[in-house]
Amino acid sequence: MNTIAGPSPVGLSRRGLLISMTAAGAAFTLTSPTDAATGVYEPTIWYSIDRSGAVTVHIIRAEMGQHVGTAIARIVADELEADWAKVKIDHVDSDPRWGLMVTGGSWSVWQSYPLYSQAAAAGRIALVEAGAKALGVPAASCVARDGAIVAGAKSISYGDIVARGGLPSGYTAEALAKMPVKDATQRRLVGRPVIARDIPAKTNGQGLYGLDAKVPGMVYARPRLPPTRYGASVTAIDESEARKIPGYLRAIALDDPSGTAPGVVMVYAESFVAADRAAEALKVTWKPGDTATVSEADLQARARTLIADKAGGGLVVDDPGVDAAFAAAGTTLERTYTTATALHFQLEPVNALAFEKDGVFEIHTGNQWQSLVLPWLAKALGRDEKTIVLRTYLLGGGFGRRLNGDYAVVAALASKAIGGKPVKVVWTRPDDTRFDSPRSPSVQVVRAALGAGGRITAMDHACCAGWPTQAMAPFFMPNGKNGVAYDPFAISGADHWYNVGAQRVRAIRNDLANRAFRPGWLRSVGPGFTNWAVECFMDEAALAAKADPVAFRLKMLDARGRNAGSSPNAVGGAARQAAVLRRLASKAGWGGALPKNTGLGVATTFGQERDMPTWVACAARVAVDSATGAVKVEKLTLVVDCGIVVDPDGALAQMEGAALWGLSLALKEGSAFEGGQPRDLNLDGYTPLRMSDVPDLDIEFVKSDHVPVGLGEPATTVVGPAIGNAIFNAVGARVRDLPIRPDAVKAALPA
Amino acid sequence: MTQFRLNGRSVTLTTPDDTPLLWAIRDEVGLTGTKFGCGIGACGACTVHVDGQAVRSCVTPVGSMAGLSVTTIEGLDPAGRHPVQQAWIETQAPQCGYCQSGQIMQAAALLKETPAPTDDQIVAAMEGNLCRCMAYVRIKRAIKLAASRTSAGRTSARQGAKA
Ligand code: FES
Ligand code: FES
Repeated sequence: MNTIAGPSPVGLSRRGLLISMTAAGAAFTLTSPTDAATGVYEPTIWYSIDRSGAVTVHIIRAEMGQHVGTAIARIVADELEADWAKVKIDHVDSDPRWGLMVTGGSWSVWQSYPLYSQAAAAGRIALVEAGAKALGVPAASCVARDGAIVAGAKSISYGDIVARGGLPSGYTAEALAKMPVKDATQRRLVGRPVIARDIPAKTNGQGLYGLDAKVPGMVYARPRLPPTRYGASVTAIDESEARKIPGYLRAIALDDPSGTAPGVVMVYAESFVAADRAAEALKVTWKPGDTATVSEADLQARARTLIADKAGGGLVVDDPGVDAAFAAAGTTLERTYTTATALHFQLEPVNALAFEKDGVFEIHTGNQWQSLVLPWLAKALGRDEKTIVLRTYLLGGGFGRRLNGDYAVVAALASKAIGGKPVKVVWTRPDDTRFDSPRSPSVQVVRAALGAGGRITAMDHACCAGWPTQAMAPFFMPNGKNGVAYDPFAISGADHWYNVGAQRVRAIRNDLANRAFRPGWLRSVGPGFTNWAVECFMDEAALAAKADPVAFRLKMLDARGRNAGSSPNAVGGAARQAAVLRRLASKAGWGGALPKNTGLGVATTFGQERDMPTWVACAARVAVDSATGAVKVEKLTLVVDCGIVVDPDGALAQMEGAALWGLSLALKEGSAFEGGQPRDLNLDGYTPLRMSDVPDLDIEFVKSDHVPVGLGEPATTVVGPAIGNAIFNAVGARVRDLPIRPDAVKAALPA
Repeated sequence: MTQFRLNGRSVTLTTPDDTPLLWAIRDEVGLTGTKFGCGIGACGACTVHVDGQAVRSCVTPVGSMAGLSVTTIEGLDPAGRHPVQQAWIETQAPQCGYCQSGQIMQAAALLKETPAPTDDQIVAAMEGNLCRCMAYVRIKRAIKLAASRTSAGRTSARQGAKA
């Protein structure tokens, strides 16, 4: 009685191809077991070489627009001296052997570079030795090049060497760490333009995203979401109207032992359209959680209250002498900055296909952090992680949304509720928005003590926001100097590289935010709001000190003490930030004359994290309509030092996208909580940047031989404050709330 | 029951007439290159051609397609080598790629109508196509590249015909 029949074949060619079959034709292969018996050489788990010389690079990162597979495969191919035409990319499924599977924080290339280059160096050395033996010459007379070992006129291909067998593998971590990686001058592929391998399938409809996953006999479902993200329970379901929808199957209140998404009712049907309509028609009554009336104003008010309690929060930086410096200062400055709730709005609404087959629960979906969601799935399904597998697909946008795999849990429960039968759960756009893990609203209070010559002698920065890491990955929270754990991603940026004398940085969790919704990691996370405060404040402090904002910053970027930098990731420290700022100032024509109501503003940050700084600076040129307060961004100039640029064109694309994200978040986005939910559910209310809003972009990469660091996010962090500062320089209006609305600009105009 | 042409082939679908064309194409026919973004005609991810015009398939009932000719990304060019697709590859326009079927269909319709569009014409035609990855710079560049080739092609063809 409780069984659900598979959808009957309708129309002429419903194609329920097996996932593996459809995937084989696309850019991705789903599995690639390597087996010594097949004659495949696998020096380490990261790549293999077969008898034809084809190199398959295993990618544990999700492809979400950053062409990560190409970037990593290129690192391998360069170090291995492989023939680029014979290099293939394999995005792997979740499996313990890959270790931590996460794609975020712009970490991919930075984390992968040493790993993959050392593994490839090991392979190259093994191939040189084996190739020399085969050719009957000393290894010293051989070179590896384009997939072959060459000694004078003699050569042997990698494929032929592999076919002869007997190559070494099973290197220890210590042995790999000592592998001689090629010198920068010897690189042949890194830094050169190539067409990313994932691109053709993204132009012809062949690329498979989570939404495209299908298996024979699957049914469709749409969730009905509870009135509050947490704490709601279903009290009644009335199917009478839903039953009138042709194709409707049933509705089930899901039971979620993991607490990931309580109170969801799943509406099953034979097609997505039927599930969608039945979900609209179904009457569900919930007992809501206690956050059903929470508004944006409530969240901001709670943040202000929490900041006012000086004892609250984790101390990220806690130098001695902060209070003494404030007491002694001739001038002090205090400013409050806010940012509003912002949505991911990745273009592909979340979705997942789940089913149980041969004792294994399979979830087919695009996901950024497989290692995080697997334990949630295990708890929700009540089974061992070893019997759960996540199949990888292209992501129709990540931006941090798919770090949080809550949707995979809901889909798995939807399948479990019907006995493990395959079910494809699709969130509509409004569902996706309501189920989003948005960027929390934030409130920040920044204070500075100004000493002789207008120099900052002490700085105190308190930031209160919902904490995604506490909500989803609390084991990632370090302890502050006062022993209180904090979310590093929700404060990063406040621990900047300026020498400001005695410094205090306090991270405070907005407990109401963490109860009312599931705060998310959104592209650049904390630096997306902390730098709004830091960099606007630096211009305000420069004004108070009667200093030029660029010169004011450069004086503090003195690379002394903790800002001297360290090897390997932050060599040069603040001196490199100063260098990008200097270059930016000359490139953007800082100090030059501009038309009336037009202004140039600058901002500079270290990107994402102190441990992995990407030095970036931005100048925004804006024209402000003083009658309406409307802001037009005419040009964004950016200079970035991200170390070695592995993939120049991909790097530029990431910078372009991230800069425009920054612009979109500064002027076009920002929702509000109303009645415990985000207010703007679709594009009729939420208005990300469109083509007509795109300004001139001028992006420059500083030539660098330092360790390559991330690029997906840094540009996002500088654009907002550069615009805020430009507005002030154009018309004298200082805005402190993000997004910047015309009314706020108008209200801030000097009388 | 609706009969129409899809990518050059005649198809007959028994889905209810008020089913959005998008879901009929994706779930009934099984062509998944056309994407779902907003469902209200505001993002362009679901753009297909109906008798050569760019149409948002998420707000187009399949019943209204009777006797018409629908083209999806899969049918734009048999080998995926339409000048717009080639330009998209060369400029590396896609990031996540999810919006790009719709962008390409929109751009192909634009260039058919206006082979050498101005910047303003490009923006006006593409404004309804959201790219959440903000790949707009390259999308614009790709359209110009495709336009320069197709209009150059036409010019030389015309000149060839005259000679
Ligand atoms: S899905 Fe059709 S316009 Fe957005
Ligand atoms: S490429 Fe990702 S939405 Fe356009």
